[in-house]
Amino acid sequence: MQDKIRQKARELLSSGAVKVVIGYGEGTGSRVRALFIQKPEDADRLIMDERCVQNLAVYLTKHEVRAIGKPAIVARMHVIRSINQLTYEEQFNEGDIAVIGISDSNEIVDLPDLKSIKEYAAGNPLVLTAEEKADLGKLETMTREERWNYWIEELSNCIKCYACRASCPMCYCPRCTVEVNQPQWISVPAHEIGNVEWHIMRAMHLAGRCVNCGECTRACPVKIPLRLLNQRIIADIAVNFGQSEEYALAAFNPNDKEDFIR
Amino acid sequence: MTDKKIMKKGSLDELIKKLKSGGKRVFAPVEKGGKILFEEVDSASAMAADYVQTTLSAKDVILPRCEEMMRFTTGQGTVSMEKAPDMPPPAVVIGVRPCDARSLAVVNAVYLKDYSDALYKSKIDNTTIIGISCAKCDEYCFCTSVNGNPGDTEGSDILLTEVDGGNYLAEIITEKGKALADSAPELFTAAGGEDKAKHLADVKVQFDVRAVTAKLPGMFDGEVWITQSLRCIGCGTCSYVCPACTCFDIQDETDGNRGVRLRCWDSCGFGIFTLHTSGHNPREVQSQRWRQRIMHKFSYQPDQLQVTGCVGCGRCSRACPVDMNILQHIKEIEAQ
Amino acid sequence: MEEKNIYQPYLMRVAAIIDETPDVKTFRLEFINEEEGKNFKFMAGQFGEYSVFGEGESTFCIASSPTREGYIECTFRKMGRVTKALASREIGDTIGFRGPYGNTFPIDQWKGKSLLFVTGGIALPPLRCVIWNALDLRDNFKDITIVYGARSVNDLVYKHELEEWGKRGDVKLITTVDPGGETKEWKGEVGFVPTVLEKAAPSSADTIALLCGPPIMIKLTMPVLTKLGFSPDNIFTTLENRMKCGIGKCGRCNVGKYFVCKDGPVFTFAQVNQLPPEY
Repeated sequence: MQDKIRQKARELLSSGAVKVVIGYGEGTGSRVRALFIQKPEDADRLIMDERCVQNLAVYLTKHEVRAIGKPAIVARMHVIRSINQLTYEEQFNEGDIAVIGISDSNEIVDLPDLKSIKEYAAGNPLVLTAEEKADLGKLETMTREERWNYWIEELSNCIKCYACRASCPMCYCPRCTVEVNQPQWISVPAHEIGNVEWHIMRAMHLAGRCVNCGECTRACPVKIPLRLLNQRIIADIAVNFGQSEEYALAAFNPNDKEDFIR
Repeated sequence: MTDKKIMKKGSLDELIKKLKSGGKRVFAPVEKGGKILFEEVDSASAMAADYVQTTLSAKDVILPRCEEMMRFTTGQGTVSMEKAPDMPPPAVVIGVRPCDARSLAVVNAVYLKDYSDALYKSKIDNTTIIGISCAKCDEYCFCTSVNGNPGDTEGSDILLTEVDGGNYLAEIITEKGKALADSAPELFTAAGGEDKAKHLADVKVQFDVRAVTAKLPGMFDGEVWITQSLRCIGCGTCSYVCPACTCFDIQDETDGNRGVRLRCWDSCGFGIFTLHTSGHNPREVQSQRWRQRIMHKFSYQPDQLQVTGCVGCGRCSRACPVDMNILQHIKEIEAQ
Repeated sequence: MEEKNIYQPYLMRVAAIIDETPDVKTFRLEFINEEEGKNFKFMAGQFGEYSVFGEGESTFCIASSPTREGYIECTFRKMGRVTKALASREIGDTIGFRGPYGNTFPIDQWKGKSLLFVTGGIALPPLRCVIWNALDLRDNFKDITIVYGARSVNDLVYKHELEEWGKRGDVKLITTVDPGGETKEWKGEVGFVPTVLEKAAPSSADTIALLCGPPIMIKLTMPVLTKLGFSPDNIFTTLENRMKCGIGKCGRCNVGKYFVCKDGPVFTFAQVNQLPPEY
């Protein structure tokens, strides 16, 4: 499949259909890093294997990358879901990006337009795995106090580097809430309560938007299990609004449940 | 002035206990959920073993990620300053690598030159550094390319090198180190001509830092900053794990009419670092910010402070979510 | 053995407030601790960090002359969190001040020379300290010319002082507003500062020029000064950049290898032309 991706990249670049292909390449040691291929002859640097998991959709909203010209992106399922969500949030117009889809069974998927991306995402809805549900279950069995202490302990390591935000495709706000100082909604320094405010606020802003790619947790230099916060919300939304292709928290139905308002 | 002694296997644990009973705080690398961080320890058994480098540096001990600069109470148009909080007990940091110890030269140059920063000075003056030499390195290490080496004594008060039999060769380098050794003389026995060099990692020199420093001023407008920084996502991880990064922010926080002025870590990688209130930003795009990082460490600091702002510890490259490998980038710059 | 906390501000009383324009104010500040006030010395060109405790600090030059003892003055526009909080202070309120920081205009080296000030809008405050410094030592200088403009009559700062300078016989003052910014009563020039400067054509012989203003004004004025015979090392300016510590430690205000707070803010244009384009 790696060869198919290289071939596709070569074609897209030689024909001038795109100016850059965003994919994966060899990094330091056995690491993988994002690659920005601009010449057809460099397409052979693209790789695809089980190490290639970074959510590359984060680069689609960066003006430094968009300044190169129309991009093509090697898109695994979570990247496809991210693109779908970004499209819903009007970050792309038709023809802005080309997508080289990779299915969960490692097949190339042809996604020629935003409609096909939407349909493909709808046909592969986001569900938490059994293992992820089990990890959430561990938190659920804790008392409120135990759970609070668990998070205070984990978040005490947070250095406010914002790697979680920077690596997340959904965090594309030009001025993040924590960067607003009139008023300073969220504390800037890395102290106990400030760290809690930051992570809760970010999780809330991602509610209904997060695609569970886990990039935040991979990016965190001190390995805080941040995705648990987002997964909890994903689970809650599934229970309260059902599995839906609609962006649950932006769609309103008069029959929506209100029993969680206490 | 360096005095060579032997610390027998097991002495480190006794030393920690003695220091603790003397009222000192003792910090050492501790393994916590897959990362290695400097934490307070009670014994040597808590110390992480068999690793190349810690995740975060020990910078937090002398340059906390968040610290109080002053406290105040405000009234109707009035302000009164409160007394500064008491100093914490003196600290001993064990397990600092020679590269980390060398970063003190950078931190001191920034914080003590011209205006002496008392917040910092009070901490560094009351901190004793017990370094531990490196028996192994990995592909991220490059201390020898920036004038360091895996057994360098610069910056440590005492440097331990593990020699045969699990004993440590203890080099007592400074007055502070001597004072600490003198507080537990039974733990430091006579050295017998141990060959330190044979217990050190082989860290190959990978670039000529003087050539890089000479080259950089002419590269300000180069394309290399754009190509290197395309995958950079603009977080602060590299600055925060780095022992030689010293930039900070000042934030006032209040609770009713009581308030504090806090100093906290900041990073030139953030978009708003240089943003004017007017909306003008001299470093609008990430390539300009990436350039600043490299220029600051390898050009401006050598020029203005006579010290290279990078010690080759490799933490930034290991921690970077997108594998920005500073060693590779500097080699690429050298080859331009 | 406690070392002085260099980040601890002086406590200052707001002694006077002047509303220069709808969003620009001048504060006169006196030291609450008179001993500190007596010992306080600064030179023209230096700046400080002004605190509203609980909101933060903001950077402005000291706009009063060092020849006037017992107080300092600053002029600022209400733009962000701290300046908005400052703008709501009342006479008698306490604020903080840290300084003086930065380098200075080398006024001592200008004895016997003529001085030409070219500035616009809210860029006059950094030069006002030099103007009053020179006027207080008037005999030290030959001709003093001030060319000052703003978008409209309302946007001119130090309106009373402009009147005062205009009435003095030993200062040549030319004020201007942008075309469309004049009122019926306006008696000054109408036109952009560079145009007005070219028309006035002051001599560059043995003259130091001080130019301060928004980038566009600088860009269009420099060729005029060059045409008049000024060389870049005789044209002085003061730069600004985002600051926090003001003393070269927080790492934020550098332009290339120089910190605006420490190696500046005063630079000649010969120096500015050597700086990389990041300010």
